[in-house]
Amino acid sequence: MTEAPLLEVRGLNAWYGESHVLHGVDLDIREGETVTLLGRNGAGKTTTLRAIMGILRRREGVIRLRGQDLLNLPLHRVAQSGLGYVPEERGIFASLNVAENLMLPPAVADNGMSVDEIYRLFPNLYERRTSQGTKLSGGEQQMLAIARILRTGARVLLLDEPTEGLAPVIVQRIGDVLVELKERGMTILLVEQNFRFARKVADRFYLMEDGRMVNSFPGHQLDANMDQLHEVLGV
Amino acid sequence: MSTIFGIPAPALYGQILIGLINGSFYALLSLGLAVIFGLLRVINFAHGAQYMLGAFAAYLLLNYAGIGYWPALILAPLIVGAVAVVIERTMLSRLYSIDPLYGLLLTFGLALIFEGMFRYWFGAAGKPYAPPAQLSGGINLGFMFLPIYRGWVVVASLVICIGTWLLIEKTRLGAYLRAATENATLVQAFGVNVPRLLTLTYGLGAGLAALAGVLAAPIYQVSPLMGSNLIIIVFAVVVVGGMGSILGAIVTGYVLGVLEGLTKVFYPEASSIVIFVIMAIVLLVRPAGLFGREE
Amino acid sequence: MAVGTQYLAEQPRPRALSVVFGAVAIAALVAAPFAVYPVLMMNVLCFALFACAFNLLIGYVGLLSFGHATFFGGAAYFTAHAVKVWGWEPLAGILLGAAGAAALGLIVGFLAIRRQGIYFAMITLALGQMFAFICLQAPFTHGEDGIQGVPRGHLLGLIDLNQPLAMYYFTLAVFLFGFFAIWRIVHSPFGNILQAIRENERRAISLGYRVDRYKLGAFVMSAALAGLAGATKAIVFQFATLTDVQWQMSGEVILMTLLGGIGTLIGPAVGAGLVIALQNYLAASDFPVTVLIGIIFVVCVLVFRRGIVGEIMALMKRKTG
Repeated sequence: MTEAPLLEVRGLNAWYGESHVLHGVDLDIREGETVTLLGRNGAGKTTTLRAIMGILRRREGVIRLRGQDLLNLPLHRVAQSGLGYVPEERGIFASLNVAENLMLPPAVADNGMSVDEIYRLFPNLYERRTSQGTKLSGGEQQMLAIARILRTGARVLLLDEPTEGLAPVIVQRIGDVLVELKERGMTILLVEQNFRFARKVADRFYLMEDGRMVNSFPGHQLDANMDQLHEVLGV
Repeated sequence: MSTIFGIPAPALYGQILIGLINGSFYALLSLGLAVIFGLLRVINFAHGAQYMLGAFAAYLLLNYAGIGYWPALILAPLIVGAVAVVIERTMLSRLYSIDPLYGLLLTFGLALIFEGMFRYWFGAAGKPYAPPAQLSGGINLGFMFLPIYRGWVVVASLVICIGTWLLIEKTRLGAYLRAATENATLVQAFGVNVPRLLTLTYGLGAGLAALAGVLAAPIYQVSPLMGSNLIIIVFAVVVVGGMGSILGAIVTGYVLGVLEGLTKVFYPEASSIVIFVIMAIVLLVRPAGLFGREE
Repeated sequence: MAVGTQYLAEQPRPRALSVVFGAVAIAALVAAPFAVYPVLMMNVLCFALFACAFNLLIGYVGLLSFGHATFFGGAAYFTAHAVKVWGWEPLAGILLGAAGAAALGLIVGFLAIRRQGIYFAMITLALGQMFAFICLQAPFTHGEDGIQGVPRGHLLGLIDLNQPLAMYYFTLAVFLFGFFAIWRIVHSPFGNILQAIRENERRAISLGYRVDRYKLGAFVMSAALAGLAGATKAIVFQFATLTDVQWQMSGEVILMTLLGGIGTLIGPAVGAGLVIALQNYLAASDFPVTVLIGIIFVVCVLVFRRGIVGEIMALMKRKTG
């Protein structure tokens, strides 16, 4: 690896209460890369995102963004350093309307998308801007969850299963959005069960099992690793 | 003289006015309790003491610094809010991860300390605080005589309640508050300094209580125990309204105040317990409260 | 973390040690009136029983009642009225007081268990305040004066309770009876179900327990025992007043329990002894008692949540492994 990684994770251990859930996870993402974490339910993918973000506080190891230590920052400072988080459950607030949900996360850099740009990218959100956030369809909620992070100017996105439970046509739409974000130079860490979706956008894959990284390979070697994938993912 | 249900009309209107005044304080205090509870999950037992501190701040500003009612309306909430900020930072914030009952017990202890100290310094007797010159006197409305200051309290408390509601429903800070009430961790993961938001919210709630205290000073006398009996009634108001809704807290406060006033006209013996009786009935019929959601 | 959960592992203490400790404690209580002013000791015993009864609810069901003064002070009124106005024998009067407290507990508990946690506390507080207002206005309680000059009378028509030692040993017997009753309740199958409810109410419901009935049952028992304490106090001090039904009294019993150790059997009694001793000591100075009570509350909640007995037990457990 020639250039220094943008996001660097070394020997990350994490605990939920007493149970030890991540065992020495290593992970590197270079600027502009899209990296996908694959693994079964319970392999530790979501936990890895939550530990990097700092939502899960009981951690040990190294997490650095552009060389800056994230492990000892309070949660809100992690976001301010440029990490944007899109949670698995989407986290749309019921007591806020669509526009308020969109405007909620404070800007962390001044190069975020403007609201006009966002509404052009997601016309549905514009039409429903005064609806209660949780009245949106699952697909629209997912769009909103991504859109509100784009507004903040965060350059590194942590996306947790954006296609989960969505209809194929919506999955297609989200894939288009991710391609567009890639073209804009965003760095993306994607958690995905659906590797047919992930192969369209991912530059590299990491494979997780039981809280450990068991393999990593570039996107074009996906087919070569299919046997192991089938075995680990149980598909 | 005209009568309504056999009651002289002026007596009826007079009691409705008193009910509205009491209701104003119930609304202001239950509003602050609901705002604090929504975000911090703490029932602020010190709310009554903070109301008392607001009244005393106005009294002391006037008698020791010559600062009158109007500046006190701003200064007293700031002073009490600042004290509350210190309390939140040094004590309450250590209790968020454990059973909320400890927050109740801590603020109960603080209430006892404040009340005990002021009783020790100033005695239990009430101290008069004159309304400002602009608001003294009264006007004859034709059907009743209205002391101007009382009219002012009803209007001012309505404005404060609506203002607080707008702050929470229509502003960016309010959006943070509402979102953090649902999921504080996620809001913090977006880069909002939630610990500071909690501190501010407690300060704001205590400041509201203090503001109510200043408004109350010319009506009830300023005394160390003025808050503790009131806060228990406000707890009942909060149980009736449910704490899920800010607007619910406000409406319940005014309505129960007026109902209490009417009881004083028609069945005075029951007026001191009518709110508790209503609470018991609501618990039987709709345990989550009139505006509450079942948790 | 629920209030008091940290003491669950309390029971498996060496039994022999408990028996020895209990025997020493009882011997000390029997000898106490020869060393300490008997009226002070009787006051401690009444409050110790009150706190233990309160602890039955918070320590073993996890319900914080902020209105227990209703049962303590209410029973005092019933007993004082029965003994003074109707001329009842004192033990019958006390039993009537406890029964009255149980009835009040049934009403308050029935309403309060409809909500949980913090709402439960607010509801009990509000209903307690309502009862205090009723006591202020009802004719038989005599308003601000209370019921004064209650005769101590002859226990079962035989023993003259005007004798300080007789009164003391009778109070001690009531306390030991109440304490033993609580011990029996906690270690009965009923008590085990209560603790299961406190640990995980949903699981208890899914196991088929009528959780509300158990909670109400515990509430009524706690109220009856608090009433027993208040009724006895009315005979000891020969009066019943508003002080015992007001919210400050509900706060005091919470403090005693918190200070001694929520969920420990003897903690509340220790806490009661300390608070009474402190109040007695401060009565001579002009330092405001309320402030000190408030400070103890704050310190207990911030640094000392297990209480004195709870901390000692945690220490002993760490030593023995």
